[in-house]
Amino acid sequence: MTSIEEKFEESKRLGLQIVKESAEEDRLMTLSVGPQHPGSGHFRFVIKVDGDYIVFCDPDPGYVHRGEEKMCEHRNVIQNIPHLERPVIHDSANINYSYSLAIEELVGVEVPRRGQFIRAIASELNRQVYTLYWLAIYGIFLGHSTMFMWPTGDRELLIDLLEALTGARVTHAFNIPGGVRNDVPEGFKDRCLRQIKYLQKRFKEYEDIFYNNPLFRQRTEGVAVLSKEDAIKLGVTGSVLRASNVPFDVRKAEPYDIYNEIDFKVQYMKTGDCFARAYVPLLDMQESCYILEQLLDKIPSSGEVRAKLQPNPKGPPGEAYRRVESGRGALGYYIVSDGTPKPYRVKISVGSFRNMLALPHLLVGQRLADMPAVYWSLNYWPVEADR
Amino acid sequence: MASYPQDARFGGFVGSLLWLIFWILVIVALVGLPLIFIILFYVPLPEIDGEVLTPYLFLTSILYPQSAVPVIETFLDSTLFKVAVFPGFTYGALIAAATIFIERKFLAKMQLRVGPLYAGKIEGILQLIADGLKLISKEIIIPSGADKTIFWAAPIAFVATAAAVIALIPAAPGWVVADIDVGLLAIFAILGFFPLIALLFSWASNSKYPFIGGLRALHQMIAFEIPFILSALSVVLLSGTLNLTEVVESQIQSYWFILFLPISAFVFYISSLAELERVPFDLPEAESEIVAGWLTETSGMIYGLIQLGSYIKTYALAALFVVLFLGGWAGPQIFPAQIIPESEETLIPVLYDATIANAIFWFTLKTFGIIMLMLLPRGISPRIRIDILLHTGWYKLIVLAFINMFVALALIYGGVLGPGGLLVR
Repeated sequence: MTSIEEKFEESKRLGLQIVKESAEEDRLMTLSVGPQHPGSGHFRFVIKVDGDYIVFCDPDPGYVHRGEEKMCEHRNVIQNIPHLERPVIHDSANINYSYSLAIEELVGVEVPRRGQFIRAIASELNRQVYTLYWLAIYGIFLGHSTMFMWPTGDRELLIDLLEALTGARVTHAFNIPGGVRNDVPEGFKDRCLRQIKYLQKRFKEYEDIFYNNPLFRQRTEGVAVLSKEDAIKLGVTGSVLRASNVPFDVRKAEPYDIYNEIDFKVQYMKTGDCFARAYVPLLDMQESCYILEQLLDKIPSSGEVRAKLQPNPKGPPGEAYRRVESGRGALGYYIVSDGTPKPYRVKISVGSFRNMLALPHLLVGQRLADMPAVYWSLNYWPVEADR
Repeated sequence: MASYPQDARFGGFVGSLLWLIFWILVIVALVGLPLIFIILFYVPLPEIDGEVLTPYLFLTSILYPQSAVPVIETFLDSTLFKVAVFPGFTYGALIAAATIFIERKFLAKMQLRVGPLYAGKIEGILQLIADGLKLISKEIIIPSGADKTIFWAAPIAFVATAAAVIALIPAAPGWVVADIDVGLLAIFAILGFFPLIALLFSWASNSKYPFIGGLRALHQMIAFEIPFILSALSVVLLSGTLNLTEVVESQIQSYWFILFLPISAFVFYISSLAELERVPFDLPEAESEIVAGWLTETSGMIYGLIQLGSYIKTYALAALFVVLFLGGWAGPQIFPAQIIPESEETLIPVLYDATIANAIFWFTLKTFGIIMLMLLPRGISPRIRIDILLHTGWYKLIVLAFINMFVALALIYGGVLGPGGLLVR
């Protein structure tokens, strides 16, 4: 029987390269979570566990990098619309929204008032579609299969609604520079109000079966607390930031389009634990329902929905940065134009990537069983982060 | 890459099947039957009721069914029937299959889905057969560096151990494979094998996630073994025996034990959920945390066998709950003494026994009720965390089980139950 020391000496004599691990390292188990792990998505993070505790975490994104920013430089601003919504097909109205705002600022065009309302309606509906999908996955990550099926089923109704509005189920290409692509169909308002009423009823049932479940509370309350200072220091955004007692919402802080005419509250929680991060999106959805009711109430009955743009829109050389509140937080576009129809540089600043940076900070010191609960509470969409 | 012939037709497929059947018939008629008769000629046949069991007796029983009655009765009394058919493996496996189907439909209804729908036209009734065929036809992949012997042996051991539990459970008066005096103790001894099999299999898989899953299974099953045994101990105190048939009989003489031991029944129910690795105690197979736990490297029929084993175990523990707390086969007599007026033409009136039929009916009904109760948490509960689980098992459930044990002791010393008690009829 040979000891580790002898083996190491022998391997050195044979010329083999073996890294000698210290006794501390020897008791750790390295786990590669993803990209084929059912609890990771298109994403990998390497974790080291000491017994049941995670002592090291290294996020490794980039499995679905598409080079969206570079692709933008080879197409003109209208051609860019359909491929820019691919990173988050569940939230495509919002990812196109800030792009349209930035292009409008560069080109210098005013969107008609009715167009602004329809844009906001599409954006609010789409945020709910995304959040329901996120909630479904949060349910199955915690082993709650009913919570996977219910939001997925209810999301289908909103998708049908968006299909009636835009003509496509997920990738709408609806919010475009200058307004929206087409007007709302007949009877849309009644249908939308009916669905909102149904959803508000369902949100209460979600709380009963999922959020008020004692096992769910035990698993999430007080787990992976992100303090207010850390949240600001790490630069997280969206629901993660609002769960850490920072009432920041782009719709309120920097109102765009008609959002300054809408009366709504920024929903936030004070604890900053997993439960708050899981609960704030539901509160957001409830608030979004009120916003939708106001939008449908105040929308002008007739008028243009899309400003006339020249066939190949271009503005004077300059730069623009506009952001909107997406399902995952602030989503901004920084666009530099050199006066040609094609953008000189497009930089997409997404909420997912910012939230991912908090993952090592939160995961270290937690139990292995908390890994999916912490990871998915960060409202992280791997495809969007890779862009 | 599989390649298909360009001129493949359905008619050709049917034709080839017909040819296959034709050749099988020819071979059976020309080779199989003569072989059987040659063997029967030399092998001495058993004698039943003064008549030698010959192939000709079988042929006469087609015309005169009465002549087959002693043969069938001998077969029903044999140990082989009890082990293989009722209350043994076939009965357990049938209930397990029904459980899988009911679970899928029940869960689907709870989650606003339809569940299995297409296989078998009527509500997807043949889905299980389709799944089984798929699993059988799949390749079994063994990871490199795996311990092959244990890797192959563990699934079989899992099913065999699960089936061994069934052998000790009485389904009707007299219908039990092994009617031993330490029946309850033997059941706990057999259940002690399951964490061992899980750990061996996870170690043999030579992979990290199965290893974590196996360790979790070990922790969980050991933590819940003690409340499990303690909750059954109160029943032993009240009935004064470890023999399961006598446990049922003592409940028939007094009242069902769930009336006196509700807390024990609750502890037993929770502990059996943990033993079965069902939601919310499905930590060893937690998908989003450790892929599929100790089943990560299983494929094809190895996975199928482990699933079959775990559903047979579900039936066994539900049946044990019924025997310990719900009075086993006890229930009002609903079957008539005779179903068809006795005549000489049919076999059914001769073999029919109203008491046994009634016992089987009530036992099966109660078992299904408990199985449904065990399926219910899957629709309404998330997964529990391991530290909360261990805390629950080692601390809360043991205390609860002890409380009800003192209640049982008080009932006996107070003269309410036990020999000559107030409530004993």
